[in-house]
Amino acid sequence: MSASNLINDRAEARRRRLSVLAQGDAALLAECWDGLGIDPECELVRGPETGLVALRGRMGGGGAPFNLGEATATRATVRLADGRTGHAMVLGRDQAKVKLAAVIDALAQDETMAARLDDAVIAPLEAAITKRDRDRAAETAATKVDFFTMVRGDD
Amino acid sequence: MYVAVKGGEKAIRNAHRLLADRRRGDRSVPALTLTQITCQLALAIDRVMSEGALYDRDLAALAVKQARGDMIEAIFLVRAYRTTLPRFGYSEPVDTGAMHIERRISATYKDLPGGQMLGPTFDYTHRLLDPELAGDAAVPDAERRDGEPARAMRVSDILAQDGLIEGDCDAQTEMPGDITREPMEFPMERDTRLQSLSRGDEGFLLALAYSTQRGYARSHPFAGEIRIGEVEVAVDMPELGFAVTIGRVQLTECQMINQFKGSSKAPPQFTRGYGLVFGQSERKAMAMALCDRAMRARELGEDIVAPAQDEEFVISHCDNVQASGFVEHLKLPHYVDFQAELELVRTMRAEHESRRDAGEPMPEAAE
Repeated sequence: MSASNLINDRAEARRRRLSVLAQGDAALLAECWDGLGIDPECELVRGPETGLVALRGRMGGGGAPFNLGEATATRATVRLADGRTGHAMVLGRDQAKVKLAAVIDALAQDETMAARLDDAVIAPLEAAITKRDRDRAAETAATKVDFFTMVRGDD
Repeated sequence: MYVAVKGGEKAIRNAHRLLADRRRGDRSVPALTLTQITCQLALAIDRVMSEGALYDRDLAALAVKQARGDMIEAIFLVRAYRTTLPRFGYSEPVDTGAMHIERRISATYKDLPGGQMLGPTFDYTHRLLDPELAGDAAVPDAERRDGEPARAMRVSDILAQDGLIEGDCDAQTEMPGDITREPMEFPMERDTRLQSLSRGDEGFLLALAYSTQRGYARSHPFAGEIRIGEVEVAVDMPELGFAVTIGRVQLTECQMINQFKGSSKAPPQFTRGYGLVFGQSERKAMAMALCDRAMRARELGEDIVAPAQDEEFVISHCDNVQASGFVEHLKLPHYVDFQAELELVRTMRAEHESRRDAGEPMPEAAE
């Protein structure tokens, strides 16, 4: 594998991890994290701080962008004792969750730890997100209209 | 003569204490929790988020509770809160085509790919009050139909229709305007018009949209598609060098398709109006799409003959926080202004009476 592929793979894994952490349920995240039983020393470089992200849409759905409105968001940057830094930003105002996500991002830059975190934290969070989506999709699908045609006339 | 008046402090303090008392009401009744409000008054929350232009369910619930259910007051509270927060940046444009669909209907295509999914709708209910809801009767779980997660292409992506329906406008890359950063100017481009409409007052936009249907800028609309669901929000994080999903928001999108007989600027075709609103806010998204289309009159070379087509009129008056601020300021003390006007009217009346008594001709009208 070339070096650039490796970097891309690691960036992709990091992106995916942060996306799952952002969308995952805070209580489940805390529970999974507690199950790992680790408590690394870390220093808060920035935040956690709450601010605004301006959300953009596209005209007609696929045209030029426009600003739709804002959402609250919280971000944090942490540094571990060995110097690795982690970043996280999540919609909403849950500072504890965002700090934990940043710590996990920092820890996961170590390959061994990344595998452990993926198994113990990311996979269950992702499974819960998928289950919720599937449940809601099934409930929506039950409201799908099945048109049928009435036969009219004499023959 | 100018007389400075003081003495309101104690009355104001006691009025606010009385407000808190009345807001709480009968202490033997349990206080509402924010979770109860977000779960059971969800569409009120959606309206506050949409017109407050701030997506945060818990903050909207707090605002509704604090405002005693007065929606415009709650919207005002949310707008005021947002000014206390720093701006981190802009999201990537959301992809409504990848929405996790909770409702999706089209009034123009019966058999569109992905199908018609009614979702949790008030449509087809009989609008009869349900006495059971006065109590806490058990509610059965929703019916399920398992299969693939509901993803559906946008109607606008499906229909090229031989160019008979206009496409999305060019996805130009330049920075869209931001009415929270720059003062509004007219004529206004469509990007900032859409931003204003999305936070505009539902009642005002609904009335204007209705006016276009009744013949004031008649626009022959069809609801091409309405979809409600969650979309992912991604933000480019410079620290990482790539964009990360930071969560999801629920949106309502409306694609309105309007018959257009052509002008010197565009051939006969179906044109489109667009609505995109926070939360489950279908009426608002539809009204927004109709108003968006009406205000494209200049771009499409239509005669501007009706209020809904007048962007300065619509955009300047659609914000209910600004509107209520100016209307409601009238109740604040105007004692000095009124004294001055009273003096003026008294003088005019005296002149009027002396002219009448002298038999002089009267002016036609005066203000």
